[in-house]
Amino acid sequence: MTFFSYMELKRVVVTGLGAVTPIGNNPEETWNNMLNGVSGAAPITLFDASSFKTQFACEVKNLKVNDYIDRKEARKMDRYAQLAIIAAMQAMQDSGLNLDEEDKNRIGVIYGVGIGGIKTFEEEVGYWATHQELGPKFNPFFIPKMIADIAAGHISIMYGLHGPNFATTSACASSTNALADAFNLIRLGKANVIVSGGAEAAITPSGVGGFNAMHALSTRNDDPEHASRPFSASRDGFIMGEGAGCLILEELEHAKARGAKIYAEMVGEGMSADAHHITASHPEGLGACLVMQNALEDAGMKPEDIDYINVHGTSTPVGDISEAKAIKQVFGEAAYKLNISSTKSMTGHLLGAAGAVEALASVLAVKNDIIPPTINHVEGDEDPEIDYTLNYTFNKAEKREVRAALSNTFGFGGHNACVIFKKYAE
Amino acid sequence: MSEIESKVKAIIVDKLGVDEADVKPEASFTNDLGADSLDTVELIMEFEKEFGVNIPDDQAEKISTVGDAIAYIENAK
Repeated sequence: MTFFSYMELKRVVVTGLGAVTPIGNNPEETWNNMLNGVSGAAPITLFDASSFKTQFACEVKNLKVNDYIDRKEARKMDRYAQLAIIAAMQAMQDSGLNLDEEDKNRIGVIYGVGIGGIKTFEEEVGYWATHQELGPKFNPFFIPKMIADIAAGHISIMYGLHGPNFATTSACASSTNALADAFNLIRLGKANVIVSGGAEAAITPSGVGGFNAMHALSTRNDDPEHASRPFSASRDGFIMGEGAGCLILEELEHAKARGAKIYAEMVGEGMSADAHHITASHPEGLGACLVMQNALEDAGMKPEDIDYINVHGTSTPVGDISEAKAIKQVFGEAAYKLNISSTKSMTGHLLGAAGAVEALASVLAVKNDIIPPTINHVEGDEDPEIDYTLNYTFNKAEKREVRAALSNTFGFGGHNACVIFKKYAE
Repeated sequence: MSEIESKVKAIIVDKLGVDEADVKPEASFTNDLGADSLDTVELIMEFEKEFGVNIPDDQAEKISTVGDAIAYIENAK
């Protein structure tokens, strides 16, 4: 009997969504583009990447930050925090929460970010390094712009939310950890609502250059739109993305009492570590197996209860193979009945925001009974190490009943985190 | 308006997001123009960069209005 069995846990539902992604500046546009298989990849415009091995990325496009955030305030924020706040504002509005009627001491903010304000760090340290004759001149907003927790701080200040407030960081699993923490705090009765999600904005010279140095990024500069091709033999690395996702997680009775619309119920989370290598995933998917098993156990579900897995699936040579192996090991026969897809084929890899945006895709798959595709697979591009009797939902969205969906994210450091959503029923 | 005065005002308008009409010589950064302690430090840094002057911390503490800033820079140049 586990610790949780001794106490009555609250149920947690999703009552609001927000997203700023390379394929849409709100959840609706993002979701529609996912279903239509739209790629967000294009040549980099945020800086001159002409001397870089990788010259394309999945940037957020045509976003008017000042439509959401006052110019003076926006100037004191790194881009990652701006994206985080915009997604949170959308989700708060979508939730219909009336803060005048809420106990704001019981509303928290937990936001994940993998790196933080890397652009700010680059600018400030760059200025210092090239102006050392001036002495140590640093902008007073350097630290509060850069630190990884500041998005959660800004969101609490904006809305006057006094509940639990912090950031989670586990590289590309960061915002899944944020959702998991928010879920646990609400089911333990420690908050009514938690604004949870993640953000990242690392398409900068040091971000792209750093990942290039690790040979982690695709270098398919002549064809950006088709570069992210998870589970295809010719995949050559991930495509850097940026953006933010936000889910309003709410205790079920609280949501019902205010007549909130409910997208789905969050029913489980899992966490594990590979304990293998700083950046390479375990070849047999040891940590990936564990994290999915943990999440299923937490949700009290069996493999056959899951209809969709939104995989980590970054389009890297090693990672895709080990994740597919792990799914087969954990789900057995059920692995062949569910749908798998990597929405990173369209959004690119949003690093610390990936978990939140992919959780949002999983929630909408459950709500709408449709699976977004894994785009960019061409017949004949099969990897002998990947089992194609699994259904990767290649190239076209697929309508089917989705009773429950599981979303995987794995981060450098060997961190694995996984969440499960299912259809809400009384 | 001197060149220094117009540049100082432009920096203040940009950094504090205020209307130029409110940037009067007697206006206090914190009381009238909505600056907090970090904004004020940033303003001083921008003045240093723009005018190539060094404003030591003990002097910076005495610059609290638009007029103070203009006078200090005119003197230092």
